[in-house]
Amino acid sequence: MATAAPGTVALELRDVSKTFGQVVALRSGSLTVTTGSIHALVGENGAGKSTMVKIIAGLYRADSGSYELFGEPVDFRSTAEAKDAGIAVIYQEPTLFPDLSVTENLFMGRQPRNRFGRIDRKAMDTEARALFDRLGVAIDPERPADGLSIADQQIIEIAKAISLDARVLIMDEPTAALSGVEVERLMTIARALRDEGRALVFISHRFDEVFALCDTITVMRDGAYISTDRIADVTVDDVVRRLVGREVGELYPKQPAAIGEVVLEIEGLNRAGVFHDVDLQVRRGEIVGLAGLVGAGRSEIMQAAFGVDPYDSGTVKVSGKVVPPNDPAAAIRLGMALVPEDRRKHGLVLESTITRNITMAIRGRLSRAGLLSARAENATARDWASRLEVKTSTLDTLAGTLSGGNQQKVVLAKWLSTKPDVLIVDEPTRGIDVGTKAEVHRLLSALAGEGMAVVMISSELPEVLGMADRVVVVHEGRITAELSRDEATPEAVMFAATNTQGASA
Amino acid sequence: MTSLIHPSDSETKQVARTYRDHQRPLWQRILFSRDVAVWAALVVVYLYASATVPFFDRPITITYLLLDVAPILLIALPMTLVIITGEIDLSVASTVALASVSFGVLYDKGTPILVAALAALLVGVVCGAFNGFLVTTVGLPSLAVTIGTLALYRGIAVGLLGTTAVTDFPDTWTDWARGRIGESDIPSIMIPFAVLAILFIVLLHFTAFGRGVYAIGLNEGAARFSGIRVERTKLLLFVLTGVVSALAGIYYTLRYGSARGDNANGMELQVIAAVLLGGVSIFGGRGALPGVIAGVLLIGAIGSALRLADQTADVINIVTGLLLVVSVVGSSVLGWVSSKRRRRGGPGAQSSATSPGTSAPGVPQSDTDTPVGEREREDR
Repeated sequence: MATAAPGTVALELRDVSKTFGQVVALRSGSLTVTTGSIHALVGENGAGKSTMVKIIAGLYRADSGSYELFGEPVDFRSTAEAKDAGIAVIYQEPTLFPDLSVTENLFMGRQPRNRFGRIDRKAMDTEARALFDRLGVAIDPERPADGLSIADQQIIEIAKAISLDARVLIMDEPTAALSGVEVERLMTIARALRDEGRALVFISHRFDEVFALCDTITVMRDGAYISTDRIADVTVDDVVRRLVGREVGELYPKQPAAIGEVVLEIEGLNRAGVFHDVDLQVRRGEIVGLAGLVGAGRSEIMQAAFGVDPYDSGTVKVSGKVVPPNDPAAAIRLGMALVPEDRRKHGLVLESTITRNITMAIRGRLSRAGLLSARAENATARDWASRLEVKTSTLDTLAGTLSGGNQQKVVLAKWLSTKPDVLIVDEPTRGIDVGTKAEVHRLLSALAGEGMAVVMISSELPEVLGMADRVVVVHEGRITAELSRDEATPEAVMFAATNTQGASA
Repeated sequence: MTSLIHPSDSETKQVARTYRDHQRPLWQRILFSRDVAVWAALVVVYLYASATVPFFDRPITITYLLLDVAPILLIALPMTLVIITGEIDLSVASTVALASVSFGVLYDKGTPILVAALAALLVGVVCGAFNGFLVTTVGLPSLAVTIGTLALYRGIAVGLLGTTAVTDFPDTWTDWARGRIGESDIPSIMIPFAVLAILFIVLLHFTAFGRGVYAIGLNEGAARFSGIRVERTKLLLFVLTGVVSALAGIYYTLRYGSARGDNANGMELQVIAAVLLGGVSIFGGRGALPGVIAGVLLIGAIGSALRLADQTADVINIVTGLLLVVSVVGSSVLGWVSSKRRRRGGPGAQSSATSPGTSAPGVPQSDTDTPVGEREREDR
């Protein structure tokens, strides 16, 4: 049982940093959480929240900075060590063993033994029931974990944490996939845990929940600590302003471009449970930013339009011609290009050369009488690599050995070589350094200037606001707002993305 | 503003960066490839056996060697492509038997022999299409599917003829299958093989389709996002494997003058062993046809030499098996070593990784990469 008096500092991180190669994931993170309180941790995607959580949980080790638990400096080398020290992390999507019962999941790896050394099922069952009684939830401990709602799975993770007597509980976006009632139940449980004297960290993009539940709030931006306040001392507007923060300036060299006729036309696109009634028009010379929270369905919409994902109904047209569903090859022929979000899984063949990657989408066009020559491939690859200034000395370097920014340039080169009319970029600057980021932005702006229709999906608000001529906001698979460059303020986009004002159920 | 998409002539001339096409000169890339290593092994085995094994250096040895390995050579061609996409077809020997039996039964019933042969090829198409349908449309793993059809096709073949055999084929056909090209020692079957080999080499190494085959094996997701028709490609490769297996079945029937349900029993393992020995990665994405052809001949030469040296079939199997294990383990170790060297950035850091076949699949990339991937996923 948690023993420390309420108000003692349970968890304290100061100036923690973490870099991966050239990518700085966390510059200077600080967080102080006291017992008997619920502490909100907010920040945009990529602000470094998750990296910090992973350091706390022992998944990563900090490069620098201090990390103390109840006044003692700690340096966890594994999640097991962190767990033993009383830290529990509840993730957005828990990973239970689906075929095992709820009880078996609760006691995985630490099953009580009876005096014959065999697993004591009775003791396990009794304790599981006691735990659920304490949490006030009705989950049958004997049922298999398979088929439980995400909310119930989280409750099981919480029950597991309590039975391990975790003193610090971190909930990483636990409500993202929950319904209203489930959120209420989770909040009740969180309050009960707080009243027991445990320290809780609550990560969420939903400000209504943050303000209803938490006592204190820490804002992070660009991998650094910004502020910590008592929740009563700040307003939603304050927080949003700090969240977005920086000047939208040089990083986003958006050139004005002449906007021409409609090139991409999406009408009534539907996919049950994923997105609904999506209408979108993109004109020549225009950059349309698709904003929204991670998981809002933006990538799914554009991937369906491109043909790599299915859709149930609706039409997609490029320059007036219908793009057949489920046929990326046809979409490419009609002038579409998609730079996917997951570069390593969908963008590149990491174990193949730069040349092969760049020419992958135009293999057919490079062929003469059905034959493909290495000479033609190399010429094309050299041309595009130099236009995008890919940093490498030889074209047969494996794509996987390049840095993230250079990998992204190879992907861009691959798609620009198809000479598309519509370029869809999904999180084009995720995981790449600031210098390359600005290069990519300049490139997108230049492409629009040449008359390309650009759709940019981005979870980084400054990027969307800095680059887009028009911002389309997606919330839970629906377009909830369409804002011109002038109307698109951080507040307006955030509100539409979280749908704070609307009837969000 | 420099135009990125439609540069004018003056702009294309002033290129900011220059790139070399390759890290190493052509002769090095060829000399240090897996393919050349397999050919070299073949030459060494041939010379050693010629010097030590009695009668091995006779021309007749080469003739019989090629006659024996011809079905394996044929089937290894499409099998290479299938394995490069990351799939496998274990039902090839059963397809050989089913085609052989179909050919025999139809001919026995009075069908003209040419029609019977075409029908047998059709059987191969159907066998391959069925495999391909289950793998691509239904989405089952090819290992499971073709283990099933291995039993299924063999079962049908044995069921059709029972323990009997059809043996009386026209002499013109059987003589051709056993015959040689003119006065040379090369069997006639090498003519259709050479034609097919050229076709498959062009298809795999010099066409857009072939690039797609490699891309599918290395990263199916990226292939799909690049407009490569993954399902269609795999289906076509299974059909090609089926029809070439049927062709091998017809040859097998004529060569031994016998259509039986147990023809070519266990040949699938010889085919796959030869393909892997030839430098194709069982995980897909790596390998080349010249190496595979050398791999088949190497296995054939070793078998032939051991037979002439009065060794039993068991010994031949043990040697072939060991060779396969050593070659697969060897390429994994090479890949591991080269990835270690790349990590340290030592001399020749990337040299061994760039030639296809030398580095094992799934070898981690440089240190920075994995965490970057972690970071990219962190906010999901």
